[in-house]
Amino acid sequence: MDNSKLAAPELAAVEIHGFTRGAFIMRAVLAAGSVYGLQTVGPFVNEALAQDKAGDIEILNFALTLEFLETAFYRSAEGLSGEAAALARTFGDEEAEHVAALTKAIRGLGGTPAKKPMASFPKGDQAAFLKLAQTLEDTGVSAYNGAAPKIQAKEVLAAAGTIVQVEARHAASIRLLNGEDPAPVAFDRTLTQKQVLRAVEPFIGA
Amino acid sequence: MNRISEEEPPRERGAVEQLASDPASRKRFLKMLGGGGAAAASFGLLLNACGGGDSDDGGGAKVETSKGPDAAPPSAPPPKPAADVDIVNYALTLEYVEADFYRAVIERGLFTGSRLDLLKVIGDHELQHVEALANTVGALGGTPAAKPRTRFRLGSPSAVAALAATVENLGASAYLGQAGNIQSKEVLAAALSIHTVEARHAAALNRLTGRPPTPQGAFAKPATMAQVLPQVMPFIVS
Repeated sequence: MDNSKLAAPELAAVEIHGFTRGAFIMRAVLAAGSVYGLQTVGPFVNEALAQDKAGDIEILNFALTLEFLETAFYRSAEGLSGEAAALARTFGDEEAEHVAALTKAIRGLGGTPAKKPMASFPKGDQAAFLKLAQTLEDTGVSAYNGAAPKIQAKEVLAAAGTIVQVEARHAASIRLLNGEDPAPVAFDRTLTQKQVLRAVEPFIGA
Repeated sequence: MNRISEEEPPRERGAVEQLASDPASRKRFLKMLGGGGAAAASFGLLLNACGGGDSDDGGGAKVETSKGPDAAPPSAPPPKPAADVDIVNYALTLEYVEADFYRAVIERGLFTGSRLDLLKVIGDHELQHVEALANTVGALGGTPAAKPRTRFRLGSPSAVAALAATVENLGASAYLGQAGNIQSKEVLAAALSIHTVEARHAAALNRLTGRPPTPQGAFAKPATMAQVLPQVMPFIVS
């Protein structure tokens, strides 16, 4: 693939393995985000879960897959210094707490937590790490916001809310380190489902 | 990294009970949320939130939103959309206060350079939230809450930045506190899309003021109307 044409080429370099539904949607999320930009992620997740007629357990398992990916990403950090190193440590710990909480919530609902997917990340310098961190965190925010309205149980929605707010805080902090606007738009959701469906059509059949 | 403990927002039920019993501040609050049924319903929500739902609100209708629609008294049926209208009007009022705060701060000329730019961007977002929420209230068939008259004590730049951080962290927890109460999926999606932007603002202002980006750790804490409103009332003149 010619990465120069991608909206978020750093996402295309992330590999996620496994055959769970969550891993499948996550791969599609990475593909949709890298090709069409992060604003497509939320509506895509919303639509993918709708097509699945996903229940709360499936939604939580998707979130769990995302949190596994983020935890593994921060754990893969090497050679960071200063504020970047401190944030990567803190944020990695917080993602791991999300993994634990989601695992518990899924068991509480009588479900089986998704297995930790194998993931690999491109090696690079601090700047490359922070760029991918920003993209992954922004993706996480969009993914949670896309999935949340599908959640049935109030308690599950509340739990997702407490997590997505932290994802947004991570995203803003990393963006500041990258010299970017912490909140690039006034609403963390910009495309309609229809627009996105058209955009991600190539991936849905895959 | 240094974990500076975030100022815990006061969890005083007393302030809300006081609001419930003090006619002057109650009048102010009702006016702030717009007239008539919507205001009465909002006040009912507030009383419910602080566990005082049985007080006579003086406005006639007694609204008990904690019960399902079947259990609602026939004298004041709270239709499901009305609850969303009240929540959106509550958010609208908070956004009005935030937008006015940034306008006042920028007018005062306390900041320059990148810090001024950040405050301008955030203030512009709050204005966009105001517009979107007012439109949402209209789309739900309600009357948007009136813009409150505000007053802010603006001291040194560092004090103002700290106040901004407090306001944004409060705003994020206020949205989080309502997520489970919203009935309409569309309204929920809109609220969530604002919630995470408030969280981004909060993290940015925390960094500006030397606080940790996630002061509550891996899980953000929600705040109820009863917890939020007493902290906002000092900024509202009428």
